[in-house]
Amino acid sequence: MLQIHDVTKAFFPHTANEKIALRGITLDLADGDFVTVIGSNGAGKSTLLNVIAGAYRPDEGTIGIDGRNVTKMPDYIVARDVGRVFQDPMAGTAAHMTVEENLSIALSRGHFRGLARGVSTARRKRFREVLAVLQQGLEDRLHTKVGLLSGGQRQALSLVMATASNPRVLLLDEHTAALDPQRAELITRLTGELVAAHHLTTLMVTHNMEQALRLGNRLIMMHEGNIVLELSGDEKRKATVADLLERFDHIKGAQLSDRNLLA
Amino acid sequence: MLGAIDLGLIYGLMALGVYLTFRILDFPDLTVDGSFTTGAALTATHLARGGDPWVATGLGLVGGLVAGAITGVLSTKGRIHPLLAGILTQIALYSINLRIMGKPNVSLTRAETILTPLKSNHLLASGASIAIFALVVVLFILLTDWFLNTDMGLSLRATGANESMARANGINTDAMKILGLSASNGLVGLSGALVAQYQGFADATMGIGLIVAGLASVILGSAILRSTRVVIATVAVVIGSLLYRVIIQLALTVGLDPNDMKLVSALIVIIALLVPRWASMGANSRRHRSHQRAGQPAVAGGPGVSDHAEAGA
Repeated sequence: MLQIHDVTKAFFPHTANEKIALRGITLDLADGDFVTVIGSNGAGKSTLLNVIAGAYRPDEGTIGIDGRNVTKMPDYIVARDVGRVFQDPMAGTAAHMTVEENLSIALSRGHFRGLARGVSTARRKRFREVLAVLQQGLEDRLHTKVGLLSGGQRQALSLVMATASNPRVLLLDEHTAALDPQRAELITRLTGELVAAHHLTTLMVTHNMEQALRLGNRLIMMHEGNIVLELSGDEKRKATVADLLERFDHIKGAQLSDRNLLA
Repeated sequence: MLGAIDLGLIYGLMALGVYLTFRILDFPDLTVDGSFTTGAALTATHLARGGDPWVATGLGLVGGLVAGAITGVLSTKGRIHPLLAGILTQIALYSINLRIMGKPNVSLTRAETILTPLKSNHLLASGASIAIFALVVVLFILLTDWFLNTDMGLSLRATGANESMARANGINTDAMKILGLSASNGLVGLSGALVAQYQGFADATMGIGLIVAGLASVILGSAILRSTRVVIATVAVVIGSLLYRVIIQLALTVGLDPNDMKLVSALIVIIALLVPRWASMGANSRRHRSHQRAGQPAVAGGPGVSDHAEAGA
């Protein structure tokens, strides 16, 4: 469903500030795969998501979604097939618009936006259904401006907006990091449920190792623009946070000693 | 004073256009000064040649649509700062408008206009003209409200409200900005076309400083009717435009020089911007005091105060 082939991305190339964010990343997600991505700050996790979403154009390599090469497409065209939830609960919704208006915009993903009424009666019925799943009481607040919702509610709404139109790929970028533990737990649970319900091919970046192990069927660890560890199936199910930390230290140590040898 | 109401309604179309860019798209568009005159110039020139009044008025509308689209392309495809893109189009239009008219001023005293039936029966600045202009403005308010609630209109609003969210949902925000700027300046051009026919001439300088009148209408309107609901906000903008013209008229009646009107315009905008803020600051500090009485911690700007301010907004 999602093919990332040998993707490289550098910021400020050919300058003193050059920062290589991705060094030849290759990753293949089958239909329904749910991959969690962990790694230290600056490992290239967010860059990877931005490159897939078309927000950044890779320097080299190709990205395919459902067999279609989207490498050079602008982000708003890629977005027809890709749902996103950002870390900032404010980023995924329009504060000055109502819950139902936000959902209408999300539901039109991949369709021509013409002169039909945005919030139709038929759509309103569907909104109630998709919001009822959240158990946040949002289904009774369709006319509320999104700016008046709490961060957790906004993020739950963002999650529904990103999944309701059944995108081919779902990208989650630390989407629970800005929430308090209770809300983060709620959004984590909803993520698992919604991804399973829609059978979505998902890539989720997180700093929370426990969350990375709990969700998804595959896990990758990134470090300095490379994928340094990949777990799937039984291997992932059996892994613990301590395992991950140990392997991370091991990998970091190995790279450091390589560098020391070269220096 | 009835004449001021006539003008307030006609300029209300321009204010609706400014509302579309300033509030909906969050794009400070300064094309207005130029596109208003372009609408007037195209209409007046066509009328002075004995052209059909309705075609002439349509030309004014189209002139505005094109002018807005140019600013839109400059800012999106050319990635020029929105303010600069508008100023560039505006200043270019000044020369273009002189070219259209061939002289700085085109008189319409003998030309047949769409307002001739009213004018020849001495019905301008009367209850009848007010009713007709009000009907036209209400029609455009309804059209704007309808459009902003369609799928395309929601995309336009999302583009102004949260551009990255709009793009993440597959909205071509560049196209939406060009569309919004074009529609906005189309209304401005139409307003210019009507003003030229109302006052019986088009002048190369008639649009100078007009953006301030447009902003004054939008800001006065939202100060009176505080709502982010499109239906109420669009009505408020036209009420703001009426109020603005009435204030200007009063200033003239009091004996102020017409040349002072730009200063008066700027003062109206400043007052309309500052007074609601002072009012809400006053309300906040009152709330703050009552908090103290209720035995709550008196931390200036603390969470209690700001939470209440948000809930009240």
